[in-house]
Amino acid sequence: MDSRERARDFRGELAAAAALPDVDARLARFAYLAASNPGMIETIQLDKALRAIPADAPNSFTTVRVVLAGSPTLDHLLPAIRVAALSRGLVAHVTAGRYGQYRQEILGAESPLGRLAPNTLVLSIGSGELVGGVPLSATRAEVDDAMRRSVQELRELWQVARERFGVGVVQQSFLDTTQPLFGNQERLVPAAPARLVSRLNDAVADAAASDGVLLLDVATASARDGIDAWFDVRHWLQGKMEIAPAAAGRYAELLARLLGAQYGKSKKCLVLDLDNTLWGGVIGDDGLGGIKLGEGSAVGEAHLALQKYAKQLKERGVILAVCSKNEPAIVEEVFSSHPEMHLRRSDIAAFAVNWRDKAENLREIASRLNVGLDSLVFVDDNAVERARIRESLPMVVVPELPDDPASYVSALARAGYFETTAFTEEDRQRAEQYAANAERDAIREASQSVDDFLRGLEMRVIYGPVAPVDIVRASQLINKTSQFNTTTRRTTDEALSQLAAAPDNMTLQFRLVDRFGDNGLVCVMLFLGDRNSEVLELTSWVMSCRVFGRELEHEALNIAVETARARGVRVIEANLVPTPKNGVIKDLFSTLGFERVTDTAPGEGATRWRLRLDVYVPRATHISRMERQ
Amino acid sequence: MTEQDLLDMFTRALRDLLGNDSIVLRTDTTRGEVPGWDSFNYINFIVAIEAELGIKFRIADVESFATVGDIVAGAKALLSARKR
Repeated sequence: MDSRERARDFRGELAAAAALPDVDARLARFAYLAASNPGMIETIQLDKALRAIPADAPNSFTTVRVVLAGSPTLDHLLPAIRVAALSRGLVAHVTAGRYGQYRQEILGAESPLGRLAPNTLVLSIGSGELVGGVPLSATRAEVDDAMRRSVQELRELWQVARERFGVGVVQQSFLDTTQPLFGNQERLVPAAPARLVSRLNDAVADAAASDGVLLLDVATASARDGIDAWFDVRHWLQGKMEIAPAAAGRYAELLARLLGAQYGKSKKCLVLDLDNTLWGGVIGDDGLGGIKLGEGSAVGEAHLALQKYAKQLKERGVILAVCSKNEPAIVEEVFSSHPEMHLRRSDIAAFAVNWRDKAENLREIASRLNVGLDSLVFVDDNAVERARIRESLPMVVVPELPDDPASYVSALARAGYFETTAFTEEDRQRAEQYAANAERDAIREASQSVDDFLRGLEMRVIYGPVAPVDIVRASQLINKTSQFNTTTRRTTDEALSQLAAAPDNMTLQFRLVDRFGDNGLVCVMLFLGDRNSEVLELTSWVMSCRVFGRELEHEALNIAVETARARGVRVIEANLVPTPKNGVIKDLFSTLGFERVTDTAPGEGATRWRLRLDVYVPRATHISRMERQ
Repeated sequence: MTEQDLLDMFTRALRDLLGNDSIVLRTDTTRGEVPGWDSFNYINFIVAIEAELGIKFRIADVESFATVGDIVAGAKALLSARKR
């Protein structure tokens, strides 16, 4: 949950928001209240106001349909889930399955899932359902066997759900609601209750990782918070609620992080202040020897811990930036000469050290990195600076920092800003790719002309259909890309696999390699077709902002046209659906030689385009090709 | 906390929960008299006042509360037991 201060006159603010005539404005205001750490009663009020908006009222928020199925009672979680999803910019239509009916709902002929057509299915099953029958006397081998059977049953449910309904599956891990039976011996007895739950959690996590199922990890969260914060035996006895009503908000927050990550709502860039944030003290006053950093002082170690955490975030794909009011030369000296600095200058992808207003600097950082302002998390110890940024750039997340630097890392870590649904090779390399981009920028500045620059990059595109090995990265790209995205249609791994496997459709993925390195899989085109038609519909075309201005869109279309011609296709049609974020491609299709089709208006502001392949003239680029075998 | 303090607090919580400022709880009010105070909102109401007062009702009591006065009496008993 955002650590913005809780709104004071909540009901007054809610009433004012609900009175806004414009649906988008109303949702935006509700989203702000949803992110202001509402309590249980406030959440219910907010949910009521949210549900008063008709489900079919047009709005610019991403809509997701979620079904919760499982063994315990789940209805009490729905208001909090809708509110937490909204705090991440998602309008969620959430339904809970019937108590104990998850098997029938997935496997049965009359499944409600077909009618509800969810994007995401959350399976919330008590551990008792799966391992409750294992006798205390079971041997290690018998427990292994029971574990295998339980996990196998789950995997079959996952598979059926994905194939039958095209849903993304989220498996909830298992709360340990057992009472100690053996005490210290608990972990040594194969069938001891707590031991079974703990093994089940490990086994299901492994299965989820190999099957591409997402894990809603309430087990880890409850181990951190204490099981009493999550499970209240009175509510279990009264209404078979496994997640206590008081924990609904926390549960919903964890789920919303997963949903947000799937739909590209996670943050991408951590922007750090320097004085009293990355180190203790003020470098301009205290000097290189006077600031507190690293071994020898508890405060210095606390700041070092933040640097180490930031470095780990970088290693998992988060971009780092610095925004500080300081003399640039003095700061450069800290990075180059202070022996305890853990972050190197090369870890920082954008460096804004000057005396200008920080809001202006944040804008500059976002534009230099080609990310939205709403992808930034700004960490600053100074409450005045924080308030100023919240005021002038409300889309930037500004966590409330505790007074004590000792708690900076946990405040940042627990907020879950940078949640992802996968850890891909692209994530591992992102930091290097941003650093390489800085080198490319340097060449661009030194080059006489754009032509010189592009030739100097020695670019190569490696392309082919979207194969099973590409699915995770391709769907991540489709779901996270907001700028170069023709329809902003989101997908799931399952839906993309099905689309790519159907012989009537045509899919293409492109990696761009240049002399500074491999940019990874940076562009995807999805075409729907049917065997008998000579027309392909380009339903999604996305390209990473890292490779803007490199002529890749031209080469990708050249390749697409050749591939389509080889299938006997004569026409490619496409919609361009404008959003507040994809202005960069507003002239894409006209530039590429598509004709505007005037007779169809597929939706609000959308335009329709057609490319005749018999008259298409490929455009020469500076990119050589290599087809992936 | 006096009986009236608890009644006021309960009234405020229920007004917020149901979004209805015309609610005034008395000791003899029953759940059926308040529009929208269904079993789902009854649980929410109990959880909210438990959190605010830092008490936990016994399950038998939650099942047997007939009037708001019963809830007030239950809360008072738990609060004074805590003081001792």
